[in-house]
Amino acid sequence: MTAVNPAAPRRALPVPDRTFLLVLLFLLTSALLLVSHNPDGLERLGGLGDTLRNPIVEAVIVSLFLANVLFAYLWRAAPWAKALVGLGSLLLVLPWAGQQDTSLLDLSIQIMIFAALALGLNIVVGLAGLLDLGYVAFFAVGAYVWGIFASPRFAEILRYYGENPGGTNAATLAFGLFLTAVTAASMVYIRRRGARTAPTRASTWSFGLASFGLVAGILLVGRALLVLNASRAAGLANGIDPNFFWLFLALSVFAAAVVGVLIGLPVLRLKGDYLAIITLGLGEVIRVLANNLDLYSAGSQGITPIRSASVPWFDRAAGALGFQPDQYYLLFLYVLVLVLVALILLVNVRLDRSRIGRAWIAIRDDEIAAQAMGVPLVQTKLIAFATGASFAGVMGMVFAAKQTFVSPESFNIFQSIGVLSMVILGGMGSFPGVILGATVVTLLNLRILPGLGEATANVPWIPQQVNPGQLQRLVFGIILVAIMLLRPEGLLPNRRRVLELHHDDNQEDDSAHGVGPALTAGGGDVFSPGLAPQHEEDRAGGTKGETR
Amino acid sequence: MDLATLLPFVVNVIAGGLVLGFVYAIIALGYTMVYGVLQLINFAHSEVFVTGAVVGFEVFRVLAPSPLNGYLKLIIALLAAMLVSGLLNVLIERLAYRPLRNAPKLVPLITAIGVSLILQDVLRIIEGFQGRFDLTYTLPAGFSGKFCGEGSSCEALGNVLRTVGIDLQLKDVILIVVSLLSLAVLNYLVNRTRLGKAIRAVAQDRVTAGLMGIDANRMISATFLIGGALGGISGVLFGMKFGTVNAYSGFDPGIIAFTAAVLGGIGSIPGAVLGGLVLGVIQNLIGVTNIFGGLLGIANLEAIDASYQRIGAFLVLVLILIFKPTGLLGKSNVEKV
Repeated sequence: MTAVNPAAPRRALPVPDRTFLLVLLFLLTSALLLVSHNPDGLERLGGLGDTLRNPIVEAVIVSLFLANVLFAYLWRAAPWAKALVGLGSLLLVLPWAGQQDTSLLDLSIQIMIFAALALGLNIVVGLAGLLDLGYVAFFAVGAYVWGIFASPRFAEILRYYGENPGGTNAATLAFGLFLTAVTAASMVYIRRRGARTAPTRASTWSFGLASFGLVAGILLVGRALLVLNASRAAGLANGIDPNFFWLFLALSVFAAAVVGVLIGLPVLRLKGDYLAIITLGLGEVIRVLANNLDLYSAGSQGITPIRSASVPWFDRAAGALGFQPDQYYLLFLYVLVLVLVALILLVNVRLDRSRIGRAWIAIRDDEIAAQAMGVPLVQTKLIAFATGASFAGVMGMVFAAKQTFVSPESFNIFQSIGVLSMVILGGMGSFPGVILGATVVTLLNLRILPGLGEATANVPWIPQQVNPGQLQRLVFGIILVAIMLLRPEGLLPNRRRVLELHHDDNQEDDSAHGVGPALTAGGGDVFSPGLAPQHEEDRAGGTKGETR
Repeated sequence: MDLATLLPFVVNVIAGGLVLGFVYAIIALGYTMVYGVLQLINFAHSEVFVTGAVVGFEVFRVLAPSPLNGYLKLIIALLAAMLVSGLLNVLIERLAYRPLRNAPKLVPLITAIGVSLILQDVLRIIEGFQGRFDLTYTLPAGFSGKFCGEGSSCEALGNVLRTVGIDLQLKDVILIVVSLLSLAVLNYLVNRTRLGKAIRAVAQDRVTAGLMGIDANRMISATFLIGGALGGISGVLFGMKFGTVNAYSGFDPGIIAFTAAVLGGIGSIPGAVLGGLVLGVIQNLIGVTNIFGGLLGIANLEAIDASYQRIGAFLVLVLILIFKPTGLLGKSNVEKV
């Protein structure tokens, strides 16, 4: 009934060379895209122009154009053609068409942001096998880090602290620094000593006390800094200098990774479904905090306006290419996300082949076996969490700069599930697949469904309730269920994954499962989340000192 | 603020929390039953329960003009909701979980999320066709009145309760009675009948149960039917308690009920009930901390408003999973349904 085909063996048959077809298609769709996004050209085309302006037709053209890049990856063609199509599409044609219609640039940035998010979640879900339903929380961290500092919000926070300094003064700062240094040093000391012996109750307690002191110290320092700088609020009415963008790009990575570790530490001892629900919960906690900490996040109204970086030479170059000044920042962000996605992809590929990547896959396949072979569970999972989180953090920052507005509404669980459906649609564990999934889902979400909705809005026999523009949940749900039922390896599968998922179809021996197929796991000992955390440290090769 | 005035207030908050807790308890049972046999968090349960609430709303709406007795209307609503939700749950299991029995654990979890999303939109569309989104329950006359109010035959009892500080509405009492009744029936069904025995056997070891001549798939369907029916009951109770329901309102109570199931020890029926009651009380207490803060003059507490109730449930969940992952009533070898 599952209707899954056995994994087709890789045939060695010669694949036809499609260089000519690829280039032809590229030229055709590029021409279509350029024409359909050029208002003057559309005017001259008359009736045909009106057809091209139709939102559905437009969505189809954009999809076709983006399909080029996919074909360049999939088809067998001459390397020069692949490079031409890939680079030409992304660096030449898209910005060119975007010059006439900035919504196209906006869409491309959005797609790439989600592609990066999906690549990050792919590490957590696809490689390490940890279902994270609160992933968008890290995105929110990145967005708010930049949002608070690059907007009038920061001046208001300073003003508030200026009016309510309490007893804070320079001495507080000194004390805070002292406390931070002492507690950090004592934590390191306790760790060093604990590394050689098993943790005792005294060491656990003193470590806890020291970490509490560290948090208190950092809070004191932060507060003192805010109070002491309160007089500069007036000078920061529009947020900090946009040149700090680059520093914050690093900071947002760091902040999201730290939040990832903080969320991960308590929850990563749990398995599968428990982890899912608790990450979902912690994601919601971050959203509720953003909604309620009015001083820092402006509550449900959101923060606006958020500035982007200023890069004068880039602006001049864009101007020379014929872009309008109000398009500079979009073009800049477009190039930035392109570079970032390329970097993230590179990091992903390198990580996947590294020791850590193999440890992730080992954990995904069989946690106990992996641990027995000396993979430190918690540490490896934390790295997965932090890596995924840091990608989300940096993209959150770009998102804030692009929207010039952040509000808690952009970070609800529905967004997390949206990213999850991208990973699942494309194929868990497969990088090109995940990017394809992100593209398809984002296109569906931002162009195709709204386009269909607009087109059917005035059709009398289609009631408003089933307007496709509002059916995102239904569509996401169907994607999740249908992919899992029909093609669990996703659209562009990872080869290893296919073998695993269709394992039962073409192999008799299921020793690779470790505990056999799920059916025999009815006792649930191994998978029982309620049990596992207790035994974890008792197992051989476990993490002795790191899991405090 | 002296103790004599504070005490009845606290008692009232706790009583209100217990009433709320019974709703959570019945929802939590739906999670715990399914988890017991499949080790799967049925994310779609929150939508199954909302479906029950919607069915209950429709029954009350259709029956509103009829001269039937209010209790009869309630029974019809409960039965209809049980039927629809139970069958829906069986259908979900058949379509979305059964084909994936042998897949890795992550897979059915993801379809569960998908089914939950699909159901949300389907419910919204169905109700949207009648131009409705927020469904406001129109309860039979008298249900919203005071329990044993003035002029009723049990006025004396009501007065005693009010002196202690317990101020209940009639619907709260009905809610408790219905919950207790369904608990009793469930307990009988699981512990005393052949069906219950078979379900417990499947929960313990599916393969061995199969060798003993038990059709595991049928028993799993039966579990989903029972779990769905409980979801239907809890949906109607939820609608009665809160007054309004919409297609998306399953998320919060679903999460809280799941927390309740974990708190009590997932897979354990008494545990789910205990967890529900504890969480109901906790939630009510968080909800009134601002009043306490006002009464006691603590300014910081006033800032903790109702939107933190959800965070409260999550914090309980995190703490429980870290410090006592087996839950309050769970044994180290996790108890099954």
